[in-house]
Amino acid sequence: MLDLRGLRKVYDSHGRQVEALADITFGVDAGELVCVVGPSGCGKTTLLRIIGGLIAPTAGEVRVQGTPVTGPPDGLAVVFQDYSRSLFPWMRVAENVELPLKAKGMPRGRRRELVGQALHAVGLGDAQSAWPWQLSGGMQQRVAIARAVAFQPRVLLMDEPFAAVDAQTRAELEDLIRSVWQILGVTLLFVTHDIDEAVYLGQRVIVLSASPTVVAEDLVIDLPQTRDQLSTRADPRFLELRGRVYSRIQQAKRVRAGERTSV
Amino acid sequence: MTGLVRRVIGFVALPVVLFGVWWVTSADSVAVYFPPLSKIMTAFKETWLGPRLREDVLPSVLRLLGGYALALLLGILLGLLIGSSRRTRSLLEPGLEFFRAIPPPVLIPGIVLLAGIDNTMKVLVILFGCIWPVLLNTVEGVRATDDVLGDTCRTYRVGGFMRLRVFVLRSASPQIVTGARQALSIAIILMVISEMFYSSGGLGNRVVRYQREFAIPEMWSGVLMLGLLGVTLSLAFWLVERRIMYWYHGLRAAERNVV
Repeated sequence: MLDLRGLRKVYDSHGRQVEALADITFGVDAGELVCVVGPSGCGKTTLLRIIGGLIAPTAGEVRVQGTPVTGPPDGLAVVFQDYSRSLFPWMRVAENVELPLKAKGMPRGRRRELVGQALHAVGLGDAQSAWPWQLSGGMQQRVAIARAVAFQPRVLLMDEPFAAVDAQTRAELEDLIRSVWQILGVTLLFVTHDIDEAVYLGQRVIVLSASPTVVAEDLVIDLPQTRDQLSTRADPRFLELRGRVYSRIQQAKRVRAGERTSV
Repeated sequence: MTGLVRRVIGFVALPVVLFGVWWVTSADSVAVYFPPLSKIMTAFKETWLGPRLREDVLPSVLRLLGGYALALLLGILLGLLIGSSRRTRSLLEPGLEFFRAIPPPVLIPGIVLLAGIDNTMKVLVILFGCIWPVLLNTVEGVRATDDVLGDTCRTYRVGGFMRLRVFVLRSASPQIVTGARQALSIAIILMVISEMFYSSGGLGNRVVRYQREFAIPEMWSGVLMLGLLGVTLSLAFWLVERRIMYWYHGLRAAERNVV
C-alpha cells in the first residue's frame, strides 16, 4: 500500500545544508497500523510531509498503491499535530468536517450522512454547530480525526496528533484511533515521539535514528489485537518491547553523539 | 437586555453632555461666527430636513457609497491577485506605495480633465483614496495565511475558486476589515473635498457656500450633518462587522482565556 524507497531530504537553509533524512526505506501493507517513533528532531514530520505529497524528497521515491507520489495522493488524509491551526476557525464543527466532501463534489445528502456518522464515531455527535475555538484541545483533535474519517481515505497519516493534549485525553484518543482504524479498515501510519504510545498502538513500530535519519529497527508488535490501557500496558511483553525500542533510540542517540565528539 | 441598555447609555452619554454644555454656554452668544446652538438647530431643521435632504445629502451619500463599494470590490480582488504570488507582490509593491503616498485631493484637477466635474469625477476621487488601505491590507492578509491550514487545503484537495473563497479570503478577512474601516473615514473626507471643487451641489459644497454667503448657523448645521452621517456610517459598519467577524472575536476571546 505504502512504499518508501531510499528517501533522502536535504534542507538548504541560509547556505547551510542540513540533511534531515539520510536513507529511509520501508513498506506498509494495506490495512496495517504502523507507528514511526524516533528522537525529537529526527525528521519525523518531514517524512510524513513527503509521504503526504506536501514536499518533495531530495532523492528516493514514495509510492501509494503503486503510484509514485508527486502531489497529495488520492484517498490519503492527514491529521496534523497542531489541531488549533488545522481546523478553520470561521467554520463550525460540521462545516469543517464537510469541507473535503464538498471539494470532492459529493451530493449534499450523502455529505450530511457522512459528517453525522464521523462526528458520532469520535463522540462529538452533539457538537455539530459548535465553533472549534469553543472546544478543548482534545475535542478539537477529535474533530480533525472526524474530518479524516468522513473523507473515507485508504491511507491515513497522523503527525504526533496527541502531543499537545493531557495524559487522560491522550489515552482516550489512543483507544479511539484503534477503534476507528478497525472500523475503517484503513492503512494507518502514526508518527509519534512517545515510545509507549507507539508500542501500545502499532502492529509494527519503525524506530528512526537521530538525524541524518535512517531506519534503526523495524519491530513487529506481537501483542493481542484487543488492547486495553491497563492490561496491555502491564503485559510483560509490552514492557519488553517498550524496553527494546527505548534502548534502540538511546543507542541511535549515542552513535550520533559519538560522531559529534570525534569530529 | 440591561447590558445593551448600559452600552447604549455609555455610547450617548458624552455626546449628550457636550451638546448640553454647548447649548448652555452659547445660549446668549452674540458673536456672529459662533451663534447660539438653538439657532444652529433651527437652521438644521430648516436646511437639512427639507428638500436639501434629497437634493444635496442623498446624492452625496450615494456617491460616497458608490466610490466606497467600488474601492472594496477592486481592492479585495486586486489584493487577492497580488497577495497570492510572491513575484507579483515584490514587483508591484513599490509602485503601490507610491500611488498610496499621493494625497487624493491633489488628483482632482487631473481627474476633472479626464472625467468632467460630475458624479464620475467625485466617485473616482473617492475610489482612488479608499482603494489603498483595502488593497494593501488584503495583500498583507493573503500573505499571512497559515501554513497548516494551507497544507490542510492541499491534502483534502480544496483548490481553485473554493480555496480562495473558504480559505484565503476568510483568513485575510481581519486585515480586510481593518482596511475597510480606514477606507470608510477616508471616503467621508473625500466626499466633502470632491464637492468643494467645481461642484454645484452636495453636502461639502453647501457648507462652503453657506460660509461665503455668511449664513453662519446654516454652515455649522452642515458640519453637524456631516458628523451625524459619519456616526451613522460607522455604526452600520460596526453592525456588519460584528456579524461577519463573529468567529474572529470568539477566537480572540478564547485565546485570551487560555493565556
